[in-house]
Amino acid sequence: MATAVSILPAQQLATLEDAYRKAVARKRLRGALAIAVFCVVLVLAAFGAEVNLRTLFTYFGNFVSYFDRILTLDSGARVWTDPAEWFWGWHKWLKMLGETLLISYVGTLTGAVFAFALNFFAAQNTSPGPWVRFIIRRLLEFARTVPGIVFALIFVIAFGLGPMAGVLAIAIHTTGALGKLFAEIVENADMKPVEGIRSTGASWLSCMRFAILPQVSAGYASYALLRFEINVREASVMGFVGAGGIGQELVVAIRKFYYSDVSAILVTIIVTVFIMDISTGWLRGRLFGKETSR
Amino acid sequence: MSQMPRPDIAELRGKYPGVFERPASARLALPAMVAAALAIFVYGLVDLDFSPTKLITGMSQLGWITMMMIPPNPGSSFPLYMQALGETLSIALLGTTLAALFALPVSLLAARNIIPSNLIRFPVRRFLDSIRGVDTLIWALVWINVVGLGPFAGVLAIMVSDFGAFGKLFSEAIEAADRKQVEGIRASGGNALHEIRFGLLPQVLPVIAGQVLYFIESNTRSATIIGIVGAGGIGLQLAEQIRVLEWQKVSFLILMILIAVAAIDFISSKLRFAIIGQRAVV
Repeated sequence: MATAVSILPAQQLATLEDAYRKAVARKRLRGALAIAVFCVVLVLAAFGAEVNLRTLFTYFGNFVSYFDRILTLDSGARVWTDPAEWFWGWHKWLKMLGETLLISYVGTLTGAVFAFALNFFAAQNTSPGPWVRFIIRRLLEFARTVPGIVFALIFVIAFGLGPMAGVLAIAIHTTGALGKLFAEIVENADMKPVEGIRSTGASWLSCMRFAILPQVSAGYASYALLRFEINVREASVMGFVGAGGIGQELVVAIRKFYYSDVSAILVTIIVTVFIMDISTGWLRGRLFGKETSR
Repeated sequence: MSQMPRPDIAELRGKYPGVFERPASARLALPAMVAAALAIFVYGLVDLDFSPTKLITGMSQLGWITMMMIPPNPGSSFPLYMQALGETLSIALLGTTLAALFALPVSLLAARNIIPSNLIRFPVRRFLDSIRGVDTLIWALVWINVVGLGPFAGVLAIMVSDFGAFGKLFSEAIEAADRKQVEGIRASGGNALHEIRFGLLPQVLPVIAGQVLYFIESNTRSATIIGIVGAGGIGLQLAEQIRVLEWQKVSFLILMILIAVAAIDFISSKLRFAIIGQRAVV
């Protein structure tokens, strides 16, 4: 069955086509302008960042050969031909790795507890007053925006070198990040149970405990696990500023050009991060089902 | 109205024991998990040398430091700090853009609907995963070894570590794209490249643009810290001032970072809404 395609008279068609052309041209012009502005900003940024393509070209060989060197043992053989020699320090490294994991665990748990204590005050629907909410929000924002490693730098001076500074830095950063996420979960919670419990004459605390908490605890645990995963990465570099963990070994190896050690420690970190990703992902899937596991 | 026959509780209890009493394993699971978590926590505290005296002296030190930070005062170095801040923003912008440019073609290789073969997709994905497993700071250290100290090393570090993240995010965006447009292009005689250009890109570009903007935002934060290992920007100044205990300058620098991050947040969320409409990605 063939249907006739109705064709408009030429005059009408011309005006329509003209309008279409104009609209497209305007859109194209705007796109081109945006791209031009972006390019100008990029060039400015390139000057600001002292980008020097010649340095890159001259030294790019170094980048490739750097990986070549970190994959070569002192004897000149490839690292994987002699794993025992490659991982000669595995005993020490595993210990430092354990310390890294502990730092992130203790930091995450402490941060989660503080975030838990603060988030009801930060959420719009449960906060006892706008002033409290404003102050808590700004506090969380501060803890979240200042990078963890900056806290670590300051804490190393206050608390001395060692893992304690790292733990506290991670705990503060985690409080900020989780506090915001937790508050968002609470804001999405159903308020009807709260009304029900308040109508029985319960206090604010009981309302939170019996009406909100049962709705949100799964979400809390899921986010806390996700944060733990991120914090393992973060803890692996805390050692750069002297705040404990495997980063200390890594920075020494990089700065002193112990090439095969660099690759060995990097492999250790990558494998650990993989295992953490997979196991926390599995755990989240197990505990909270598919939808909350992202 | 007739009365319902009363169910025989004892009989039902015999029939369905699981409904009346939760099995011991279910009742004990939660307390056991909490106890285990606490045990590891306490072990961690002991192993990491936590002691109340250390905590208290540290806290008083910290209080003293905070007192010293007020009021924030840049001294005579304000122009230098502004320049450093500009450097940081440049690092973030340039690193993210370059990463996005390089990641786009690679993400096509990692997307299931473009490359159905596991043989290529799997290694590409693992490669991206390993890049993501290494922190930006570590990349910065490596690049410093290659191009020397300075902001350029920072740009390259951000570029490499974001390359891994973008590769993954872009390929997910591509996999989520609608098949039908691609089929339409194929039906009208387009080749594989046409399918990608006219069928896929118009769908995924807004999503990708949103993600890139979001990363520029979060990279402003990362760019502040890579200076700590010597890769330029405001972090370099911050680390130096912390090491020489110039606390008023430190607090001024932290304030500058906070304001800059807030400004970038504001601008990029405006742009993001303009590009993708009212529903934000991420």
